[in-house]
Amino acid sequence: MPARAGTGVLRVEGVSRVFGHGASAVQALDRISLEVARGDFVCLVGASGCGKSTLLHLLAGLDSPTAGSVAVEGRTALMFQEAALFPWLTLAGNVSLALRLRGVPRRERRDQVTALLQMVHLEGFADRRPHELSGGMRQRVALARALAQDADVLLMDEPFGSLDAMTRDLLHAELERLWSDRHFTALFVTHNVREAVRLANRVLVLTSRPGRVSTEFSVDIPRPRRIETPAVSALAGEITQQLSLEVRRHGHA
Amino acid sequence: MATRETLTEQVTGLDALELPQAPKAGWATRLWSGAWPKLAALALALGLWQAIVWSGWRPEYVLPGPATVLAELWNRVVNGTLLTAASITLRRAVTGYALAVLVGTVIGSLVSRIRVLRTATGSLITGLQTMPSIAWFPLAIVLFKLSESAIMFVIVLGAAPAIANGLITGTDHIPPLMLRAGRVLGARRLALYRHVILPASLPGFVAGLKQGWSFAWRSLMAGELLVVIARKQSIGVQLQVSRDLADYPGLMATMLVILIIGILVDSLIFGTIDRAIRRRWGLMDPA
Repeated sequence: MPARAGTGVLRVEGVSRVFGHGASAVQALDRISLEVARGDFVCLVGASGCGKSTLLHLLAGLDSPTAGSVAVEGRTALMFQEAALFPWLTLAGNVSLALRLRGVPRRERRDQVTALLQMVHLEGFADRRPHELSGGMRQRVALARALAQDADVLLMDEPFGSLDAMTRDLLHAELERLWSDRHFTALFVTHNVREAVRLANRVLVLTSRPGRVSTEFSVDIPRPRRIETPAVSALAGEITQQLSLEVRRHGHA
Repeated sequence: MATRETLTEQVTGLDALELPQAPKAGWATRLWSGAWPKLAALALALGLWQAIVWSGWRPEYVLPGPATVLAELWNRVVNGTLLTAASITLRRAVTGYALAVLVGTVIGSLVSRIRVLRTATGSLITGLQTMPSIAWFPLAIVLFKLSESAIMFVIVLGAAPAIANGLITGTDHIPPLMLRAGRVLGARRLALYRHVILPASLPGFVAGLKQGWSFAWRSLMAGELLVVIARKQSIGVQLQVSRDLADYPGLMATMLVILIIGILVDSLIFGTIDRAIRRRWGLMDPA
């Protein structure tokens, strides 16, 4: 259900983002508006070039819109497609740095790091370096680091895109569990429609070039969900159809 | 429906499967596998040298063989002249290099962070780096007379640009994702510099330090040949004296010392630091 205007913890109003100038200018986002209620889990799906990543960068404060306004209540954390851990720090060091930059006093950091690594089942790997881990493990550390920021809004930019199916299933379950335990607001970008249905309360379909919200689906499947259930497949099929309509539109242009 | 316990088990099971199982070799094996190629190369070089001497290309009093030279070297170790000379030279090397690191780091960090400075001086730094250090000596002697300061001046001019350039290159090669990750964590300006930019540029910086050392060492040797200071029997002075006295075994023994010090500093200090960084970052083949 779309939240009433002005009540969302995260509001995007008429946002456009143009890269470059003149003839070579690319319009990544065109007057996009969306709102996410506190504690909601929203997935954005769309074909490539729909400005999904641009939108997350705007929300995370890494970029500013050409037009329109972006408002986020509270702090944001952003997970990238790659774990983006710092290779010169151990896993504990990576998580601890997030705490430190948030202003957590030194004596509290150690216990919190242990708790956060426990949350993603990596407590035994505190002193390892990122390169010693598998992709899925690294992404879980990135999740722990994002949780360490104690953000009100967790933004995720295709965080499980490069993982194998089994690892991804497990991470979906982990993320769902953490979300229901910790009550943060989640905005998850993906091109994988099943993944979106598996995770979200609401799925927003974005159009490509320029990016806008075209359709919204609400997902009323009880949790904890599994990606291979018929309910997930059915809704995913419906959304995929909508998405392919969008993509075909570009063939005629 | 997967319960939390089975989920946890599944996760840890997958982790265990995905971690590489590296067999650990004993320290003796590792030491030997690192040492034998070096020893073989050394033996080959000495053999080649001996072969040239035996060929009679130059008379033996001009080009002495390894045995004569090594005996002379041993002689100098025992009577203490080597220690005196090496300590004078190494003290200069350490002071000059420390100064160059300081100057190079300050310039490098300023130039890499401030765009205008970068445009203004970027190619100048590279230009300075390619300038042969010996070309600075006439000016250095005019400015500082025949003094330690003249030598220091040239060491800093020779080494600082390489160190600054290393830091600049290191900063340039930081993946944008690292900077974005740092900013997402809330690091801005100084915090971003300290927690992300500085550690991320470390590999480039160490490469610059290493190159800076070789420039410093070369500048110092040139300096000790040109700027002879009374009562300072440095390695460079020994080299000059041996030539003047036609003491060719002494000349080559001194050259060996210069080479050995250069190699030792490079491999023991910079090699160790470089390997440590690459191992931590996972840039090393685990073999």
